[in-house]
Amino acid sequence: MKLQRLRGLIRKEFIQIWRDPSAIAIAFVMPVFLLFLFGYGVSLDARHVPVAVVVDQPSAETSAFIGGLQQSAYFTPQIYGSIQAARQAVMTRRADGILWLRGDFSRQVLQGDTTSIGVFVNGKDANNARILQGYLQGVWQGWLQQRAASAGAALVIPVTGQDRIWFNPALRSRDYLVPGLIAVIMTLIGALLTALVVAREWERGTMEALMASPVTMGEILLGKLIPYFFLGMGGMLLSVALAVWLFAVPLVGSFWVLLLCSSLFLLAALGMGLLISSAAHNQFVAGQIAIIVTFLPAFILSGFIFDIQSMPTAIQVITHIVAARYFVTILQTLFLAGDVWPVILWNSLALALMATFFLGVTLRRSRKRLD
Amino acid sequence: MLARLWALVIKEFLALLRDKKSRFVLIGPPLIQLLVFGYAATFDLNHIPYAVYNQDSGFASRELLGRFQGSPAFQQVATITHNAQIAPLINNQNALLVLQIGPNFTRDLLLHHPASVQVIIDGRNSNSATLALNYVNSVILSFDTHWAATHHWGKPPAQLVVRSWFNPNLLSRWFIVPGIVALLTLVVTLLVTGLSVAREREQGTFDQLLVTPLNPLEILLGKALPGFIIGALEGAFIILAGVFWFQVPFIGSILALALGMALFLLAAIGIGLMISSIAVTQQQGLLGVFLFLVPAIILSGFATPIANMPKLVQDLTYINPMRYFLVIVRGVFLEGDGFHELWSQYWPLALIALSSMTAAAWLFRHRMQ
Repeated sequence: MKLQRLRGLIRKEFIQIWRDPSAIAIAFVMPVFLLFLFGYGVSLDARHVPVAVVVDQPSAETSAFIGGLQQSAYFTPQIYGSIQAARQAVMTRRADGILWLRGDFSRQVLQGDTTSIGVFVNGKDANNARILQGYLQGVWQGWLQQRAASAGAALVIPVTGQDRIWFNPALRSRDYLVPGLIAVIMTLIGALLTALVVAREWERGTMEALMASPVTMGEILLGKLIPYFFLGMGGMLLSVALAVWLFAVPLVGSFWVLLLCSSLFLLAALGMGLLISSAAHNQFVAGQIAIIVTFLPAFILSGFIFDIQSMPTAIQVITHIVAARYFVTILQTLFLAGDVWPVILWNSLALALMATFFLGVTLRRSRKRLD
Repeated sequence: MLARLWALVIKEFLALLRDKKSRFVLIGPPLIQLLVFGYAATFDLNHIPYAVYNQDSGFASRELLGRFQGSPAFQQVATITHNAQIAPLINNQNALLVLQIGPNFTRDLLLHHPASVQVIIDGRNSNSATLALNYVNSVILSFDTHWAATHHWGKPPAQLVVRSWFNPNLLSRWFIVPGIVALLTLVVTLLVTGLSVAREREQGTFDQLLVTPLNPLEILLGKALPGFIIGALEGAFIILAGVFWFQVPFIGSILALALGMALFLLAAIGIGLMISSIAVTQQQGLLGVFLFLVPAIILSGFATPIANMPKLVQDLTYINPMRYFLVIVRGVFLEGDGFHELWSQYWPLALIALSSMTAAAWLFRHRMQ
């Protein structure tokens, strides 16, 4: 390996990047675009859920209950005259659920009997339905406590849970989605950058020219790796800056640890791209494989949005070969919880292993051969 | 004209299926994705790892903890004995939550004083935390109901009786699998059509195509039909897999779904051909497909509800064909929708299909000169 030759290759790569700005677009425009898109488009915080409210016989008791609903930022209660009309509203997707206070509600409450409040939710979106159920339960418990306090009645709730939520007390979904998102974006960008450029050399026949020159295969690969590493790190820094300053996600952990973990991860992602392009000598196939093996698994199997622990065991095993999984864990921890060394070290080790594996296999597979 | 068109369609299929790798790209990944996503994309929580810090020695706390141990949603991973052990468990993600019960729990309850359970939870994944808290709450609630009834506490004036329609057990899979029909149909159709013209341009065969007796509209149709056929076949396959493999109920009208699928495919093909007419190289085509695909998936309601997005972004989703098809496919699968209920989704899809096709035809002519 000669440094001078390597320098020449890197210089060539930078000139090429400069002339065909699509690599710059991938490294810098894409993260901004994706962060904006996901940051604003993906949210699991249900707010102002339209709930159809049916009150058969309005009274002081019912308005006390409905009052709790109206004060909550989670709901937009809509009053319907009959259960049929409310049902129709759910069917036509104007409301996500129904709260039904039946005719004997006030009478039974005053008599000291236990009456039942009908709650119907549209279960189609199961996650949303569950969140809605939880919110409604909160309203109901609030009402019970308020009644007990104001009426001096005997307490009816023996045990209550007192929640202490660490790291994200307001449970803002954006705070956990944005760090994971950076991992998803960087997987894609890392793999796409290198997958396309090597395939391009093959497609245009310039790989043959490179092979005829005295450079070794290792130098060619390094010559690809180094420029795109810097490009990728630029994109990474840009994403972190946006996360902290635009999306106001706290960065509790150390910036330098973040930088170090990111470089490890980027090496794995770039290595994956190189491996793809050493298998597919054409940009069409390389690009598609890059998207298919990086983006969608990073989106679904990394724990970015779907909890890995809820998946079937077989799928949980598969997630171990998704590099983004480790990086998502590192980023969520670094951003929200701080430098938790056991988490960071184990996941970094996994990333280092993956980077070594991808780069090693690529080097072994790449021979100066034209077939 | 039909014969010429037919020949072009056959040629397109050959170009797509002749190469082993591109054949694989069309068939393999969608299948793998269907299986992996069908199983992996779930918001349901089970085996929530939790730790217990019980300072109470009475029977009430044991009874409450027994309810957690008996629930399939929870899995106890540790029992701790002092405060300092809480932080490492949560920080290192060994436990999602710690239940802490104070020393006077049983005594308080027996004296008819209200007692509480501290729930210390890892908020890093806010959705899991929200759901886990809901689960914890419902376990405590069932304990409360039982305790109040057996220990002469006052009766609660009202109880919530919750029922969910269309998906009584609230399985995420019923929501996600129909969504995958829309997702993979869109991906495959866009890949087939989005790169077809660019490939010819890059390989120089486009000029040959232009000197054939085919007129531009025929060329465009010849490029559109393979996308339609492949998209429809894969879509139908995923629907069958959803019904027979993933056991998602299908209670609506098949014809209503077929109409929705056809309109959706036309819209996707129109967009794919637009990208294809603009792109000079396949790389540009791919970038174009990607730049459309990702926002289309994110802003469709596939994984997270449109209602949670900011108002401006919500308005933006109206131009997204996937948004409408998701309502159609989920409505037909789960809610039993037919033509009547889905009319409000059909016409925007048709409008998008019409305008994207027109734009593609215009771009195609324009770029030839």
